[in-house]
Amino acid sequence: MKPAPFDYVRAETLDEALTVLAAEGGDARIIAGGQSLMAMLNTRLAKPKVLIDIMRLKELGRIDATAETVTVGAGVRQQALLGWPSLAQKLKLVALALPWTGHVQTRSRGTICGSIAHADPSAEMPLALLALGGDVHLRTAKKRRKVAAGAFFTGMMSTVRADDEMIEAVSFPAVGGARCAFREVARRHGDFAIVACAAVAGKQGVRFAVGGVADRAAVRDWPRLHGSALDDALNSFAHELDARDDVHATARYRRDLVRLIGRDLVQEVLQ
Amino acid sequence: MTRLRSNERHQIRFNLNGAVVRGEAEPRMLLTDFLRHQIGATGTHVGCEHGVCGACTVTVDGMIARACLTLAVQVDGSDIRTVEGLAPAPDRLGILQDAFKRHHALQCGFCTAGILMSLDHYLRERPRPTEDELRDMLSGHLCRCTGYTPIIRAALDAANLLATHHSAEKTDA
Repeated sequence: MKPAPFDYVRAETLDEALTVLAAEGGDARIIAGGQSLMAMLNTRLAKPKVLIDIMRLKELGRIDATAETVTVGAGVRQQALLGWPSLAQKLKLVALALPWTGHVQTRSRGTICGSIAHADPSAEMPLALLALGGDVHLRTAKKRRKVAAGAFFTGMMSTVRADDEMIEAVSFPAVGGARCAFREVARRHGDFAIVACAAVAGKQGVRFAVGGVADRAAVRDWPRLHGSALDDALNSFAHELDARDDVHATARYRRDLVRLIGRDLVQEVLQ
Repeated sequence: MTRLRSNERHQIRFNLNGAVVRGEAEPRMLLTDFLRHQIGATGTHVGCEHGVCGACTVTVDGMIARACLTLAVQVDGSDIRTVEGLAPAPDRLGILQDAFKRHHALQCGFCTAGILMSLDHYLRERPRPTEDELRDMLSGHLCRCTGYTPIIRAALDAANLLATHHSAEKTDA
């Protein structure tokens, strides 16, 4: 349970971090709060040759809010976003989901963007970003690009991020008054979700997202469904998620949770 | 930019419970191992080494943190507090520690150092926590002896004592 050897780079500017990342490519990893990556290093699931620490870069520690979006920089810790005074008003879904991300003791260090980069299938922040239709802002030494959350996650702990790219920020649409709901089932509060669900009411209907079941969070857009039409839609979705049995829960139990929680949440946001 | 080579040992110094300490670390050395093997501060325990059990919980610049998910090179120049900093004097217990003793909130004691650090940090921000809030906070720690109930009792008792005859003394929690 000790990391394999690596060089440690403490970047003082974003250019420095990106230059090292461009030179080292797949051998380098960005470290921010380290609450996912350090566990990967300790268990040697990740063995980078170079670790680039970006937590001294003040420009990455910003939360920028406009009328339409809230942009969270790569250095913003989960606890900092939880303590942001406008969170409940601008990003209610994040305000509901973030207390489920890890524990007080890990949220104090872990970052929002780090959780997105790690792309755990049961993590709350990828689920919230997907449910809200947010974007991931990627950057290399030479260029920037913006990828929609729906296209960013490609599977269990895998994303479209290239080796020389880092996540500079993520942006969430500030849906403000839109009704949203979140619920999660885990063995212990703060453990990885067995099933996590989010619902957001839209103009035409409802968007419903599920994490912890498939290899990444999944989302469906439905018109205003009620009664057996809603039950049928949830049942189809639950089966399409291709749940597997594992040590935490059976596939059948996961499908049950999707149906039960889904009905509650969709009804709640469509009220 | 600073680049610390993987195969070299680097000088690290930081404040540990108010006193400057120094030692050497390769970049991959965890703060847990640095504290225990370089400094000899063995109060911080090593449990799961991947951030789940909470036995190694310390504070880094006032932030509660898992020492096993922190590299020694990351805390160069920081302020670190560990369980060794809780007692007001070598032969006295702090209010929180004393409450743990009275309520039998520890048996084997392996998880205790981390739990004390979390509670010490938490009670400074929330001096009058509810039982639910405490249970939520304690979900970041594993204890296999007590069943948690005596820990909750001790924490509520300590919170009461701290709130009633509150002392500004830093080491009094």
